[in-house]
Amino acid sequence: MNAELAQAIPGFGKGCDYLDRRALAKEITAIEEGLLKPDVGQGLIIGITGAPGVGKSCLIDALLHCWTPGLKVAVLAVDPTSPISGGALLGDRIRMTSLDDSERRESIYLRSIATRSASGSTPYIVSDLCSHLLARDFDLVVIETVGAGQAEIRCAAMADRIIVIEGPSRGDGVQAEKAGILELADLVVVNKCDLPGADVVVNQLSMSLDLDIEPPTVVKVSALKGDGIEPLAKTILSLKKRTTSEKARIRERLMIANERRFLESMDFKAAVDSIHGGLSTIESIMESSK
Amino acid sequence: MAGRQRIIVAKPGLDGHDRGAKVVARALRDAGHEVIYTGLRRTPEQIVSSAIDEDASFIGLSSLSGAHSHLFPKVCQLLRASGMNEVIVFGGGIIPEGDRMALYEEGVRAIFGPGTSSKEIVAFIDHASERECGVGASDSWFWQGM
Repeated sequence: MNAELAQAIPGFGKGCDYLDRRALAKEITAIEEGLLKPDVGQGLIIGITGAPGVGKSCLIDALLHCWTPGLKVAVLAVDPTSPISGGALLGDRIRMTSLDDSERRESIYLRSIATRSASGSTPYIVSDLCSHLLARDFDLVVIETVGAGQAEIRCAAMADRIIVIEGPSRGDGVQAEKAGILELADLVVVNKCDLPGADVVVNQLSMSLDLDIEPPTVVKVSALKGDGIEPLAKTILSLKKRTTSEKARIRERLMIANERRFLESMDFKAAVDSIHGGLSTIESIMESSK
Repeated sequence: MAGRQRIIVAKPGLDGHDRGAKVVARALRDAGHEVIYTGLRRTPEQIVSSAIDEDASFIGLSSLSGAHSHLFPKVCQLLRASGMNEVIVFGGGIIPEGDRMALYEEGVRAIFGPGTSSKEIVAFIDHASERECGVGASDSWFWQGM
């Protein structure tokens, strides 16, 4: 398996016998706060996205059981920051049973990330964090986006491969025809196949996606029961990128580069407070950020 | 007010009552902190390793099972053994008055029982974050109300 992986993952097998988790956690905090420049690493970055409650965390946990301890995997689990208070409730650890397994624990680093001031389901800082984690000898970084809707394609800017999770009973067949994230998916996974209606969803998605030039594969799994998880774990590691999505990825990268420059040019929270308090206007803030 | 903290809210031991923990997590979220909720039935080891990976500055422990006198000190001891001396530990749930002093002596900096206002818990976080009162500090201070 190692030879295959070496081909699929640039820099695979860099080797890391000892991970100073505490030092790493502090580095991640410093990068998030803009106090540390990330190291530059190479490897595979997988984005896992889909609507809230569709089973992203649970599926990632099931995949970790297959990938580790053979691979070293970092997971960045993103949850939303409150637009009202600036706080966040980060609940993705709850599902991660793979961390309780002493044989796997050393091969996994899971970090909960809040979106903070950034827009979209994947804050721009995640791309710095991925690079840094790969430089710390992880083979693979998995980004779990915020539970995301149809138009939410921000993770395409950062991930090498996009996996969209779907589930049964999520609307009629027209949903599969709509534009958006499904067009960028390198793989579509229908989770919860132990529930009724999964086959209908697989058919609807396949029929719609087959009209594309390079249709992504649609697979059916149950993260809860473990059905289809092992083949899925293998498929993901050798997944081909859809060439039709390249332009859309560049578009997203450009958008986040712009957002980043804007947010880093000012104290964003203070700017919002100042407009709210009538001390400045959107126009004056935009003018001063130039 | 002090800045945003990363706070682990955890339920150690065999105890399925998490309404209180969720209400506290929510109150801290609404006060602008990043709260990592670990879910039910965690061991002290799991809670401490979550705090390490998440670079948390506070751990809030909720227990309604009666095992607090074993579980809370265990978390404090493991934190010190891992060099996480700066992490501030607080607790809540059903903790009888007579058990509290021993927990303070182990490094728990506040105990919040039923009826505590969420405002008080937020005030504790703000106050404690400006004071060096992690589990490894020699300070014997503990929160005695607003």
